[in-house]
Amino acid sequence: MQGHTEHAPVTTSSNTTGFVISLLLTLASFGMVASGSFPVSMTLSAIVVLAVLQVIAQMHFFLHLDSSPSQRWNVMILIYTLVIIALLVVGTLWIMYNTSIRMMPMMH
Amino acid sequence: MSATTLTHDHLHDAHHEEHHDAKENALFGFWIYLMTDCILFASLFATYAVLRHNYADGPTGQEIFDLKYVFVETMFLLFSSFSNGFAMISMHKKDRFGTLKWLMLTALLGLGFVGMEVNEFAHLAMEGNGPDRSGFLSAFFGLVGTHGAHVSIGLIWMSVMMGQLYFKGITPAITSRILRLSLFWHFLDIIWIMVFTVVYLMGVL
Repeated sequence: MQGHTEHAPVTTSSNTTGFVISLLLTLASFGMVASGSFPVSMTLSAIVVLAVLQVIAQMHFFLHLDSSPSQRWNVMILIYTLVIIALLVVGTLWIMYNTSIRMMPMMH
Repeated sequence: MSATTLTHDHLHDAHHEEHHDAKENALFGFWIYLMTDCILFASLFATYAVLRHNYADGPTGQEIFDLKYVFVETMFLLFSSFSNGFAMISMHKKDRFGTLKWLMLTALLGLGFVGMEVNEFAHLAMEGNGPDRSGFLSAFFGLVGTHGAHVSIGLIWMSVMMGQLYFKGITPAITSRILRLSLFWHFLDIIWIMVFTVVYLMGVL
């Protein structure tokens, strides 16, 4: 379980590292969109990658999730949840996209 | 984390073990709750993704989103997560007033975030762009509003914990509650990363 609570307390350095990384990734995302100097498709993939990196960074530095034995069950449940989320989101988009395509001829 | 078979008539050491396990179990249970909350947000994100272009002749994301404003909101939440980390460090050092001070700062930053969001929502609603305007706006208010409601509940929880800390000090029960609150707070910041990316940044692209 949340190993850091007993075994490896939150440290100033991990907290600060997490913060600085998050700050840089946020700045990169907003900067890229605000500058508008990149093609839209490229900006889109970049901000998705930056968001995923920031989620991983915050989970690592703020929540202290890692591959250590004390974190095993937390990580297992997280992975299970990610599978459910993937099914839910991809399934919804897939079905609704298809429905929308089939509705096209009816639209004016 | 594993279920304990120890009972109350065991030795002091065993008692300690059991107490430790109960605290770990509570954190683990809370983690499972957070994962179910992730699924709630995933449903709202999926709804938003489906409805994001259903403007019904209303405003588009490009017209109503202000990136600078959202950036400041994001900073409020990120800084509050950072200061929450320091509250946890103070708590591990058994520094009651240090913890209180950092929690106070965390709550103020969180309040700044909620205040900005309420202001944004009020402006949209006053201009006739409330959740009833279009599918896009319903999904927007649903998703962003649910996150904002979580942060507001987190703030109430944080005020209660500050009160308990002030009057009772750092007891094992209070430490355990504050650890769960900290988990909740960091979790909300993580959800916000997805919100600003999917809703605001993609909205103005």
